[in-house]
Amino acid sequence: MSARLTSVLSRIAQAIPVVIGVVVISFVLTRALPGDPAVYFAGAAADEASIAEVREALGLDKPMLRQFIIYVGDLARGDLGQSISSGRPVAEDLASRLPASLELTLSALLLSCAVAVPLGVLAATRPGSPVDHLCRVLVTAGVSLPTFFTGILLIYVFYYLLGIAPSPLGRLDFIYIEPDHVTGFYLIDAALAGDAETFLGALKQLVLPAITLALFTMAPIARMTRAAMLGALSADFVRTARAAGLTNRTVLYGYAFRNALLPVVTTLGMVFSFTLGANVLVEKVFAWPGIGSYAVEALVVSDYAAVQGFVLAMAFLFVLLNLVIDLAYTLIDPRIGFAAK
Amino acid sequence: MTQVSPDSAERPRSSGALDHLIYVLKANPVTLLAFVMFALIVISALFGPALVPYDPLQSDAANALQAPSAAHWFGTDSLGRDVFSRVIVATRLDLVISVAAVALSFVLGSVLGAVAGYWGGWIDVVLNRILDTIMAFPLFVLAMGIVAAMGNTIENIIYATAIINVPFYARLVRAEVNIRRGAGFALAARLSGNSDLRVLALHIFPNALPPMMVQVSLNLGWAILNAAGLSFIGLGVRPPTPEWGIMVAEGANFIVSGEWWLAVFPGLWLMFAVFTFNLLGDGLRDIVDPRKRT
Repeated sequence: MSARLTSVLSRIAQAIPVVIGVVVISFVLTRALPGDPAVYFAGAAADEASIAEVREALGLDKPMLRQFIIYVGDLARGDLGQSISSGRPVAEDLASRLPASLELTLSALLLSCAVAVPLGVLAATRPGSPVDHLCRVLVTAGVSLPTFFTGILLIYVFYYLLGIAPSPLGRLDFIYIEPDHVTGFYLIDAALAGDAETFLGALKQLVLPAITLALFTMAPIARMTRAAMLGALSADFVRTARAAGLTNRTVLYGYAFRNALLPVVTTLGMVFSFTLGANVLVEKVFAWPGIGSYAVEALVVSDYAAVQGFVLAMAFLFVLLNLVIDLAYTLIDPRIGFAAK
Repeated sequence: MTQVSPDSAERPRSSGALDHLIYVLKANPVTLLAFVMFALIVISALFGPALVPYDPLQSDAANALQAPSAAHWFGTDSLGRDVFSRVIVATRLDLVISVAAVALSFVLGSVLGAVAGYWGGWIDVVLNRILDTIMAFPLFVLAMGIVAAMGNTIENIIYATAIINVPFYARLVRAEVNIRRGAGFALAARLSGNSDLRVLALHIFPNALPPMMVQVSLNLGWAILNAAGLSFIGLGVRPPTPEWGIMVAEGANFIVSGEWWLAVFPGLWLMFAVFTFNLLGDGLRDIVDPRKRT
């Protein structure tokens, strides 16, 4: 047990240099603005005096190393600067919009895992069957789909042509009242409040964007599941298990699937990276009020503090997710030791 | 991973890469189809502006928002511009962006990866740290941040796309070079008086090229998607320049009122291009390394 604890701690320690690297890159990005960063951070309406004020406030008149220390100090206090467009601290804006993004991303990932993993397993157990071909088509077509385009197609078909989807404008139609803020996830909050109507309303809004995002992430998951299952099924221990007379079911799920799970979970890390990026596009298409559309709005009005805050927040989120995935390994596969890396 | 020539015992007399290529194409018609689709895209990129029936920037208010017809195959947009002409003309720009970005990351990744893989030591450690850090960002988001920081131009879209692709190439080359730096042929080349640089560039690096080509093809599709995504959210290309991402973004405003052709045709063409490069990449992988088929 203590060996496992050590390996978990050492994995967490490995994340530290990455976090430092992320902070350095983010610092370089904020200082790489064309021209004078103070002009940008002060906003379009600023005059000489306020630019000078911003320069002093940001410490831009100090040497680089000193600026970096100030920047890290601000970060440690959770200060990502002031958004020009909303007039509020960037960290506050991001925090208030993060649940919307997470709700969308997580439901999309759950959906795509629920479809892609069984599909990959079926394709691997029945090579050459229709399921296998379906899997191959999905895998090749899925990675070619531009998420923003799939979203628009779905809106056209389900909103304009069939009229069964609600208008693609945000998380909840205005006829519903937002559920009380508990977790920020509308589905969970509505369920907690016992408000079935709001729950359904939020669910309706969520379905199309979640499917759009899920379609995009299904391909790599299905591909990896299929490949890993094929590998596991041809392994010696499966042959031994079959020879020992275990039922097909036990062999498939108890032996092959558990071993195939590891590469699949590894792929999930990469899939997260794509999902967080694709999230930005999907949020724009569906006017979803998450941090992705926040960043896009900020980009349009050259609100740089907001954009860089968003990039940094996404990077931290991603580092955290990867950490969680790696730690999940130890639960799935006790053989993994991080120290050996 | 190693690209070895197939056992001569397994192959009948025929030798050379061309026979193998023809064999693979015969066995896998999908790859052949991918080559044909690729030729179509290259042709429309090279000759598109000369072939299209209308000027892509010519507006015609009397014919605005016309549905697809014999005169306008893909319909017209809100300013009466011919969508078909715009889609075809846009091929060149989209291809230039992605090819330039992939070429940049190919060169940069090769140099960094080869140096780190050959000499190792602290260079290797530092490079790996930097690559890890780049990969720690969700890549599309990092590209957004880079374009926002460096300025909203097409060149910066190319640089941003190149930077986020460098880790893939650098890691690939590093691994390929690293496993060969002590190989017999490399030692022999060095013993016969070649400089380190020469051995690395002319003897070891060419071995990494086949897997690199596969990566390039798969990457091109991804680079196009990335560039189109960036212009979809309003970065890089500016209207009225025809570009797939921006055309889909403009068309999105009309989709809820039923004018589907504005967004659908550029989107389909974009999908077609990405699909072609992905098929091509899979096909190339079959040619280069049949064992890695999935």
